[in-house]
Amino acid sequence: MSRNRRLKLQIFRLAVFVLLGAFFLIPIGAMFEFSTRGVTEDAPRTLNAWLTIAQTPDLVAAILASLGLAVLTSLGMLVLLVPTMIWVRLRLPHLSRVIEFLCLLPLTIPAIVLVAGLAPIYLWMNLNISDSILTLAFVYLVLVLPYAYRALYTGLAAIDVKTLAEAARSLGASWITVMMRVIVPNMPVAILNACLLSVAVVLGEFTIANLLNYVNLQVAIALAGRANATVSIAVAVASLLFAFILLVILSFFGRPRARVAPDAPGLPYPGAAGGGMR
Amino acid sequence: MTTAVAAAGVGTAARAGVEIRLENLRRRYGAVTALDGLTLTLAPGELVALLGPSGCGKTTALRLLAGLEEADGGRVVIGGHDVTGLPANKRDTGMVFQAYSLFPHMTAWENVAFGLQMRKIGAADRRRRAMETLELVGLGGFGNRYAHQMSGGQQQRVALARALAIRPKVLLLDEPLSALDAKVRARLRDEIRRVQLEVGITTLFVTHDQEEALAIADRVGVMQSGRLEQLGPPTTIYARPATPFVAEFVGLTNKLSGDVRGGAVEVRGTRIPLVQSDVPDGPAVALIRPEAVTLTSSAETSAGPLVGTVIATAFLGATSRVTVDLGDVTVLAQLATSEATSHPAGTRVQLALRADPVLIARETSGATPA
Repeated sequence: MSRNRRLKLQIFRLAVFVLLGAFFLIPIGAMFEFSTRGVTEDAPRTLNAWLTIAQTPDLVAAILASLGLAVLTSLGMLVLLVPTMIWVRLRLPHLSRVIEFLCLLPLTIPAIVLVAGLAPIYLWMNLNISDSILTLAFVYLVLVLPYAYRALYTGLAAIDVKTLAEAARSLGASWITVMMRVIVPNMPVAILNACLLSVAVVLGEFTIANLLNYVNLQVAIALAGRANATVSIAVAVASLLFAFILLVILSFFGRPRARVAPDAPGLPYPGAAGGGMR
Repeated sequence: MTTAVAAAGVGTAARAGVEIRLENLRRRYGAVTALDGLTLTLAPGELVALLGPSGCGKTTALRLLAGLEEADGGRVVIGGHDVTGLPANKRDTGMVFQAYSLFPHMTAWENVAFGLQMRKIGAADRRRRAMETLELVGLGGFGNRYAHQMSGGQQQRVALARALAIRPKVLLLDEPLSALDAKVRARLRDEIRRVQLEVGITTLFVTHDQEEALAIADRVGVMQSGRLEQLGPPTTIYARPATPFVAEFVGLTNKLSGDVRGGAVEVRGTRIPLVQSDVPDGPAVALIRPEAVTLTSSAETSAGPLVGTVIATAFLGATSRVTVDLGDVTVLAQLATSEATSHPAGTRVQLALRADPVLIARETSGATPA
């Protein structure tokens, strides 16, 4: 590639980066600006709205509930989906289409329809098992299936699951060991992606919680917005920042390993590490 | 260089190979019969290569022996124990795969130690045995490398070490060299044989590469359509093929029309004995190896059934393969290169057919080099 062409490409990349950055940051900046306004037009900037979050027990409870739901949903999704998808890929490949259809189905069902079906079940659960907001994890598990399925599918497609599993089996590994010690460690990015998407879906969910009369983060933001708009915006910015931190963690874990060996001692024969052998 | 290591770690003294028996194995995939009653016995410490075209059932046989698939019928006996119903992780087999199969998140030594960990061997012993086995395959300095930091040949060596480290009763090699380039393939092939002899492990080697099979196996089994066509030492398979399929699959073969009469076939004036005893008299196609064809310059002979013109010479190193056009058919002759150079393209030559016993092909039409 010529130098001129490389320079143009770098300028193009920078332009895209700045444009997208502005697209995301300007609204967040505006929200932050709004959340730090004083009560009157010429009042100085204040962090009162942010400080109020911690002093509003209902809001804190809603944030904790949503975080709890995010953790429970992510764990449930991993426990349900990861072994199922690995097993289907290894032993029941003819069922892969069925599993894909089932996992993508929630995308086609509006939340209001889901609630219509789930309301009687939640009524029974409230009476007989628990009325904790954490029971929402069951329905959120259904909601995150399409996103988590796609993320995990990509991860599984990137590795030769069958050969790795057969190699481990021939070395004496049980199926559980094959999954936990051989397959799962080779799809960390896919698992993190699936978790991040699940967390994002749960933290952003409003309709189902509201219709089933639970107060999660989004419902609490909506309620707070009626009483104090700046507080509700501060909470919204905080939840966006939380998602941003998760993304940073993801990119940290997802960094590819060094592709070149640091040293090459004792090649077994001349040209042993040559490209032709790869 | 590694004999001492082998003796201490995974050497012959530690164990002797065991007998492996595949008895009347059958396997179908829908309407396709992959294995049709395969019976095969491997003597302790023997290396048997299963050779055949794609879809002949050789890999299926290996996978049934490994326990990676279930047989529809028949038995697998390892060291006198019927393991037909045992899952793969209980069979005590070591396997090297065609695809690179190292666990990407583990270093070379961790890969080799994985099977030992499954056998609940202590951490110190695991590490020691893993490093010893890496030494055995010539990769002592590569223990801390990940798969992506090694070449294909090195990865397959580590896979071999991983398979051997658990001291399995049988070593299974599923075309382990097919992803490598020719030079590395030949070198690693010899390495595998060296290690197999050092360790003394009974080994089943599946390949579609006849050169590979003939070069390293004690016996070669040629398979077709789920059946064993012939099983024998490489020299026998090559020089005395039992069936036309074996003759055509292993090595190059000239197909020349002839006339069978009285237990021999007459090909262009040369009478050649037959391998088969049940060939009826009449027209037939004889399968003749290029090595059984010799050339002499034919300046004074202008015509004759075995007089032709050299149209091409392929240089193979010590030998060369000369293609001669006889007018109605082309014939391949394999000669010492020094001899072949005296018959450049365009030269008129007289062929002679050595009277080695030949096979008769099933079809009776066509007469071209296979």
